[in-house]
Amino acid sequence: MKKLSARRRHPLAALVVLLFALVAIGGLYAAFAPAEAAQADSSAQSLKIDEGKKLFAVGCSSCHGLNGEGSSDGPSLVGVGSAAVDFQVGTGRMPAQQPGAQVPRKKNIYSQNDIDKLAAFVASLGPGPVTPTKDQYTATETDAISKGGQLFRTNCGQCHNFEGAGGALTQGKFAPSLENVDEKHIYEAMQTGPQNMPSFPDSTMPEKQKQEIVAFVRYQANEAPNPGGLSLGSLGPVTEGLFGWIFGLGALIAIAIWVAAHTTKAKKS
Amino acid sequence: MSHDMSDDKLPQAHDASDAHGDVAVTDNPFADPGLPAHQPRRTDIDERAAKRAERQVSLMFLVSMLATVGFIASYVAIDPDKIVYIFPLGHISALNFALGMTLGVALFCIGAGAVHWARTLMSDVELPAERHPIEADDEVRADVIEQFKTGAAESGFGRRKMIRNTLIGSMALVPLSGVVLLRDLGPLPEKKLDVTAWNEATPAAPIRLVNMNTDEPLKAEDVAVGSLTFAKPGPSASRPAGLQESDEDFQQAIAKDALMLIRIQPDDIKDANSKALGFEGVLAYSKICTHVGCPISLYEQQTHHALCPCHQSTFDLSDGARVIFGPAGHPLPQLKITTDASGYLIATQGFNAPVGPSFWERSA
Ligand code: FES
Repeated sequence: MKKLSARRRHPLAALVVLLFALVAIGGLYAAFAPAEAAQADSSAQSLKIDEGKKLFAVGCSSCHGLNGEGSSDGPSLVGVGSAAVDFQVGTGRMPAQQPGAQVPRKKNIYSQNDIDKLAAFVASLGPGPVTPTKDQYTATETDAISKGGQLFRTNCGQCHNFEGAGGALTQGKFAPSLENVDEKHIYEAMQTGPQNMPSFPDSTMPEKQKQEIVAFVRYQANEAPNPGGLSLGSLGPVTEGLFGWIFGLGALIAIAIWVAAHTTKAKKS
Repeated sequence: MSHDMSDDKLPQAHDASDAHGDVAVTDNPFADPGLPAHQPRRTDIDERAAKRAERQVSLMFLVSMLATVGFIASYVAIDPDKIVYIFPLGHISALNFALGMTLGVALFCIGAGAVHWARTLMSDVELPAERHPIEADDEVRADVIEQFKTGAAESGFGRRKMIRNTLIGSMALVPLSGVVLLRDLGPLPEKKLDVTAWNEATPAAPIRLVNMNTDEPLKAEDVAVGSLTFAKPGPSASRPAGLQESDEDFQQAIAKDALMLIRIQPDDIKDANSKALGFEGVLAYSKICTHVGCPISLYEQQTHHALCPCHQSTFDLSDGARVIFGPAGHPLPQLKITTDASGYLIATQGFNAPVGPSFWERSA
């Protein structure tokens, strides 16, 4: 107490008191005001859409137009739904480095919270596939993996390879590997058909079948044993042949040189 | 055989110049130095080293034998479905690992043993092999040419043009008999590829398009723009239950009947004919490549290109599946589709061209 009273006449005392008062009022406002504001506004959803719109204006509007109506640089987003936004932004494909038929995956710079806001805004433009919940893309049945394998070979294997290792398309485009892809993103890709991938809507591939495919892809990437040992990327005869020629033959040549270079003579020359 | 390594046992190293006598260096600075002196190997002069090498070689052959026995034993003993974890390789089949390892060791030891044997114990005396020019001398050559000319003159080959030309003709034709034998690779497909299950469809008895995934008939509104769906024929007169995977001839049938269904905004369809065969932008194409018949379905929904993975034939599905790249000779056959009263997609006639690869009797 002594110390406090001793400093009461300090020239900065008034400033400190003022700061205290400001912090206290600000804190009180922060604690009470937003709740009141949310009640005053229609819903948390519309707040989200508003915030999404702001994020959209900064990150997306230069290609997709201020209201997502599209431009010569990017397609209209009316009706693509929140699942498409969650996939494209969540995998870092959007914002794209450059527009084109193949937008490669890169590091995602948005938080899931921001992605949800963006998705809410885009979903408000027109009805479309909705971001799936966890129980929508998680299969529960025990035979899901084997059924998923069959569906994968019918619908996906032609582009993504029989193990999901990815493959080449026309003119430099490619179907990416599915190995480290989030389950939710695999599901969303089937729902929305990103870039050149065709979509597999619920009308032709029901939710349950998509779950089974997701289960199979996860199993392939994480648990499936590899009967032969070295998988060499599971790309088939091309990598195996290349490996045989370069490493197999290379090793044999190296051994031959080593054998010939080591003399067995009693006297080294 | 009790030899010791000692200096007097070393074979006399002979001087290189001995082989060719004295060479006057001043006359020819690049004189042939001859063979270097033969150097004995340790195993040549030390019987103990030789014995050791012998034992090493036999040991390797013995290991190879054991590995072969191990190969047979693992083939018999290991359950083919057993998966084990082996460090850098991960979860792998125990049988594959055992077979590969034992066979590898067996072959490697034979090779290594043979190399070791050749290097330490087989004779390594240098043997010169002299080289001579390979052509005959002028006299012989002149004689042969003379004889050839005489022979040609006697046969009248140059004079009797008819004989010469017919001979050339007959020689040229002989290889054809080999080509004709290729016919045995047949039988030719005849009309088999002209006829698919869809041919049974008529306006009176249409065939529904059934989703390969769900086994349910497809409605036109199920097929969204940008989506890709695979379909097979539904119930028909000869197959009342529709094509089922349990059918005995399923593989044969699906190899001709498989469809890929896409939907394009009607305005984006470039080929009027193809547009007419579809239903409100839903197009049904054969899934079988017209090059040599691989199943194709690498469909890109923005470019509308379908790529064949076998030899990269590319078809533009928005333009009547025209071939825009690659070896395929024909566009993909298209199926005329429409809907029935309840909105299900149906076919009322067969494909507009024979499915699958080109062949001699192909009608279109
Ligand atoms: S089979 Fe399709 S390109 Fe050869």
